[in-house]
Amino acid sequence: MSISTIEIQEPGLQTTVQDKGRYGYQRYGVPVSGAMDPFALRAANILVGNNDNDAVLELTALGPKLLFKNPTWVAITGANLSPTINRKPISNWETLKIEEDDILAFGPPKDGMRAYIAIAGGIDVPQIMGSRSTYLKGDFGGFEGRALQAGDVVSTLSSGDREYIKRRLPTEMSPPNYGETHDLRVIMGPQESYFTTKGVSTFLESTYTVSMDSDRMGYRLDGPSIEHVDSADIISDGTPFGTVQIPGDGTPIILLADRGISGGYTKIATVISADIGKLGQAMPGNKLNFESVSLEEAYDAYNNQENTLIQIAETIVTADSINQFTIAINEQIAEVADSSGKPLATLLPHWKPGSGKQHKVTASVNDKIHEFDVEIGFAE
Amino acid sequence: MYEKPRFFHAGDQGLVMELGDSINVELNQRVYNLQVAIEKAEIPGVFDFMPTYRSVLIYYDPSQTSAKNLEDTLIQIDKNVDQDYKEPTVLIRIPTMYGGEYGPDLEFVAHHANLTTDEVITLHSKNEYLVYMVGFSPGFPYLGGLDDKLHTPRLDTPRTEIPAGSVGIADSQTGVYPIASPGGWRLIGRTPLSLFDHKREPPTPLRSGAYVQFEPIQSEREYQKIETEVQKGIYTIATEQM
Repeated sequence: MSISTIEIQEPGLQTTVQDKGRYGYQRYGVPVSGAMDPFALRAANILVGNNDNDAVLELTALGPKLLFKNPTWVAITGANLSPTINRKPISNWETLKIEEDDILAFGPPKDGMRAYIAIAGGIDVPQIMGSRSTYLKGDFGGFEGRALQAGDVVSTLSSGDREYIKRRLPTEMSPPNYGETHDLRVIMGPQESYFTTKGVSTFLESTYTVSMDSDRMGYRLDGPSIEHVDSADIISDGTPFGTVQIPGDGTPIILLADRGISGGYTKIATVISADIGKLGQAMPGNKLNFESVSLEEAYDAYNNQENTLIQIAETIVTADSINQFTIAINEQIAEVADSSGKPLATLLPHWKPGSGKQHKVTASVNDKIHEFDVEIGFAE
Repeated sequence: MYEKPRFFHAGDQGLVMELGDSINVELNQRVYNLQVAIEKAEIPGVFDFMPTYRSVLIYYDPSQTSAKNLEDTLIQIDKNVDQDYKEPTVLIRIPTMYGGEYGPDLEFVAHHANLTTDEVITLHSKNEYLVYMVGFSPGFPYLGGLDDKLHTPRLDTPRTEIPAGSVGIADSQTGVYPIASPGGWRLIGRTPLSLFDHKREPPTPLRSGAYVQFEPIQSEREYQKIETEVQKGIYTIATEQM
C-alpha cells in the first residue's frame, strides 16, 4: 500500500500541515509560514525516506489522536509529547512501522513545544503558491487553510514502491533535550546602530522570558528594556525568521514562521539558522539567552546541521542491530536508558510481553530485596 | 539616496541591500529597477527577496553562496542597471464605492480637511498612486502620492475587523485592505474587487513599482454588478502598461 489514509479522532491543541515554507511570494506580501522547528521537520521526513520538504503534521504541546487505515511507517521528531501506538510508549527520532487500525496518540508534553509526524509519502494537500504549509491567519494552505479538527480525514501522497527502512539518529548524536532555557546564537543587526552600547549589552547579558502572548507569528518577551539611541521606528523593511524587533517600549518581539514579511521597528539581531529549531521549541515561561556570534560561526553551525541530516539519512538500522529489542519489567514495557539518558532499547510498538525471554532479577535497596521479572522481546 | 548601496546582515540567510533612507519616488524607482534586475539574474543560492521603500532583503542558502559573494554580485548587478531607463510597469484601476457603509470615515476625513465629501472623492480618485511596497498582510499596498489636504490621523482605537476591499487613509498614506484584517486606518470607501486570491498566480496584481488609481463607483447597483462579476470570476481588473 503506497497511499495511506488517516482519520483524526482528536485534533490536539493546534495540529497543522507544514513543510519548509512558502518562498518566492514575500514581494506580494505573503508570509512564509512553514515548520516552527525546520530541523525537526526535515529530520522527520528523512527518517521515513521522504523528500525533506514534504508536508508533515506540526503538533503543538498536546498531540492529536490518529487512526491509521493502512499499514505505513512514520517518524516523530521535535518535542517529546509522550507518543504512543496502541497505548504503548514509543520513541521519537526513529522510523516506526504502523499496521492497519493502529492508533497514534499523545500524552502529557514532557520536553519542547512542537512535535512533527512525518508519514511515508508526505501529507497530500494542494500546493498553494508552491507550498503545502498552513497560514492560519490567511485561511489558506495546508488542510483547508485551518488546523485539523476531529473527523477530518487526511491522506498521503504515494510512497511509490519504496520499502520500509528503519532509520534513527547516528549513535554519537543524542536526541535533542530542549529544556526550559534556550541559549540562542545571533548575528547582530540589521539595525544594531539604532541601539546604545548599554542597550546592546542589556540584550546580550539579560535573560528574557517567553510571555503568554506568543504564537506562530512571534514571541513577545518579558525582561529588561533595551535602550535605543533615538527612535525605535525605521522605514519598513524585510523581516527574516528569528529576527528580534525592539519597539519603542524596549521589549523584544521575536518574529517567527507566520510573521508579517516587513516591519517598521528596529531589529537588534537575528537568531542563526542552526538555532531556529530550538527557538521554535520554546514555550511560554521558558527563558532565552542571546549570544552574539560571527557570520563564519553561523555558517559553520549551519553546515554541521546539514551534515547531521545527511548522517541521519545514512543511519540505517538493520535487523541484527543490537538494540532492536524492548524490555518489559513485571510485564510492563519499560523505557530503559543509560546514565546519559540515551535509550538502551527501542520501544517496539507491536511486541507484547509474554513472548520474549524471561529473566529473574533481584536488587537490594536499603537492605530490602526487590524481585523483578525482566523480559527481553525482539522484533517479530 | 546613498552614493553606494549599504549592506547589512539579517541573520545568516538574509542580506539587506539598502539604497537610501527616505521615502521618495526616485529612490523607490531605483529599488524597482534593482528588483527587476535581481529577478532576471537568477543568482545561484538566492531563494527569495523582499523589496521595500528603500531596500531589498535578499534571502540566500549559505551552503550555496555567502554574504560576501552575494554582495559582490549585487554591486555588479546594480552597476549594470541603467538608471535612466525606467522598467515598464502597470497602472491598476480600482473601482471604489465611497462613503456610506462602504466608507464610514468619509465624513470625518471631509470635516478634518474642511472639504465636502464630494471634494474628498475627487481629490482621492484624481492621483495615480505609486505602490512603494507590499507588506503588512498579503497583498497590502503601501501607496504614496496622497494629496496633502487629505492627510488624516489614524483612529485612536483600531477596528478589530475591517472588510476586505476597504480603502483607507492613515496620515500621509492611502491604501486598500485586500483581505479582512484589524486596522486603524480611516475608511473612506470599498472596492468590490478581489485584490488577493491565493489561488491566482500571482496572487495579487499589486506589486512594488506598480501604480494604482481609484475610480468612483456611482451607484450601489454598479457596485453589486461588479461584485457579482468578481464572484463569478468573469471580472477582469483593468490594467494599463506604463
